[in-house]
Amino acid sequence: MERERKGFPSALEVQRIRKSFGKGAASKEVLAGLSFSVADGEFVTIIGPSGSGKTTLFQVIGGLEPPSEGEVWLGGKATTGERGHISYMPQQASLLPWETVAGNIALSLVISGLDRKEAKAKTKVWLERIGLQEYANAYPHVLSGGMQQRVSFLRALLAPQPLMLLDEPFGALDALTRLQMQQWLMSIWEENRRSVLLVTHSIEEALFLSDRIVVLSASPAVVLEEFIVPFERPRDEAIWYDPRFNELKQRIYRLLQESAEGSG
Amino acid sequence: MGNKKGAWSKIGPPAVLLTVLLAGWQTAAWLELFDQWLIPSPVSIVDEAIRIWPRLMEHTEATVQLTLIGFVGGSAVGFVLAALLHLIPGVRTAVYPLLVLSQNIPVIAIAPILTMLLGYGLLPKALLVTMVCFFPITVAMLDGLMNTDAQLRNYLQMIGIRRLKLFWKLELPHAVVHLFSGLKIAASYSVLSAVVAEWLGTNKGLGAFMLISSKGFMPDRVFAAVFIIVALSLTQFGLVTLAERLIIRWRPKKEVR
Repeated sequence: MERERKGFPSALEVQRIRKSFGKGAASKEVLAGLSFSVADGEFVTIIGPSGSGKTTLFQVIGGLEPPSEGEVWLGGKATTGERGHISYMPQQASLLPWETVAGNIALSLVISGLDRKEAKAKTKVWLERIGLQEYANAYPHVLSGGMQQRVSFLRALLAPQPLMLLDEPFGALDALTRLQMQQWLMSIWEENRRSVLLVTHSIEEALFLSDRIVVLSASPAVVLEEFIVPFERPRDEAIWYDPRFNELKQRIYRLLQESAEGSG
Repeated sequence: MGNKKGAWSKIGPPAVLLTVLLAGWQTAAWLELFDQWLIPSPVSIVDEAIRIWPRLMEHTEATVQLTLIGFVGGSAVGFVLAALLHLIPGVRTAVYPLLVLSQNIPVIAIAPILTMLLGYGLLPKALLVTMVCFFPITVAMLDGLMNTDAQLRNYLQMIGIRRLKLFWKLELPHAVVHLFSGLKIAASYSVLSAVVAEWLGTNKGLGAFMLISSKGFMPDRVFAAVFIIVALSLTQFGLVTLAERLIIRWRPKKEVR
């Protein structure tokens, strides 16, 4: 343990995290000693059956919920229970309706610690880069769901924090938009490597996007198995026809199914 | 063009109905269905209003002044109170029931005390209007501050927003919509409560004018004052609605209607 801390810092270390809600006999354990890590510049996906405590895990990493036991290390620092060390992309785009698109991005960057000028300049450059400059001064409600998620992703990407948490970012989108968004996110991320922890229900999405997949069990959650995703980057749709893609998909699927049956 | 049509469809029906009611009232007066000294006809009210117009305007001016001071004061108190009750933990639960209680004390009971304490000047009357106006604003704004979107709140907390910034960036902008419902109610209350305040120990303002006219058996003057009070109320309400449209521009169009 000690050696890991002194060595090259991982973007994220989650160490033996336990979390229970309630007291005494009514207490319910949600996370039962989770440990995993995200290396610098690595894209890690967490996948698990519904109710495997992924929301709670994110709340613990983000510092909103203190864990009952265990530690969270971000960028080589113990940050258990502290806020403001991550950037975040939630399932719903969560853009403030009274701020413009540019205003929303800049506000998040200022909260993340950038000064106002820098935040504005960065926002402008990147809105142009992703082709949304004409919406810079529009209010979010005129944007489609996909465009809102692009803004939401950009907001997380530009923040200076060492780790991006993506919480089922495409869960609310239709199938086609979802595929487009995955490819779009992939292309941007491959040019701007950040450490990412993604939560998703979709095995294909996990395989397409990530370097490593951590499979969780149903409640209370433990790490069932970790898979290295072997595909080279940059990736494209060709990997869907790779036999290894299907083999991994089957293995993860079976693992999830057994876990769901086991918890009954 | 479409906008004009929309405005007419809003104003048209009540305007027609009002005209019909006034015409009915006038007809009933011509047919002498009731005594003129008890209920005057609209025409005689307008006649009397024109005859004493300068005096009427003097009183109107006093009432407008009192209304505005009370409304602005009430809005400020209501706003600050809501913010404090919301931001200081635990205070809301303690103070909120007392606020509701304060609204159950009739103005008639407080007014003489205020007059005795503070004299016959503007201050006690302005305080009275303020006391009536702040309540709907505080209640509406507190509602708005507490019912912010849970997902937005969670997002901002995840990226580490500070408490005060959360108030300015999420809670307050969200509460502004609610604040305006409170302001609209307070706007209509403010005129009426100013008139009531003027009943108590003063000889200026529409309230005082009504009281004097009523005692002198001049119902047409009383009604002339009532007409002006209604007009003031509507104007005040309209101004708040206009301010709302100017300030809240981010809402999708269909919600504005």
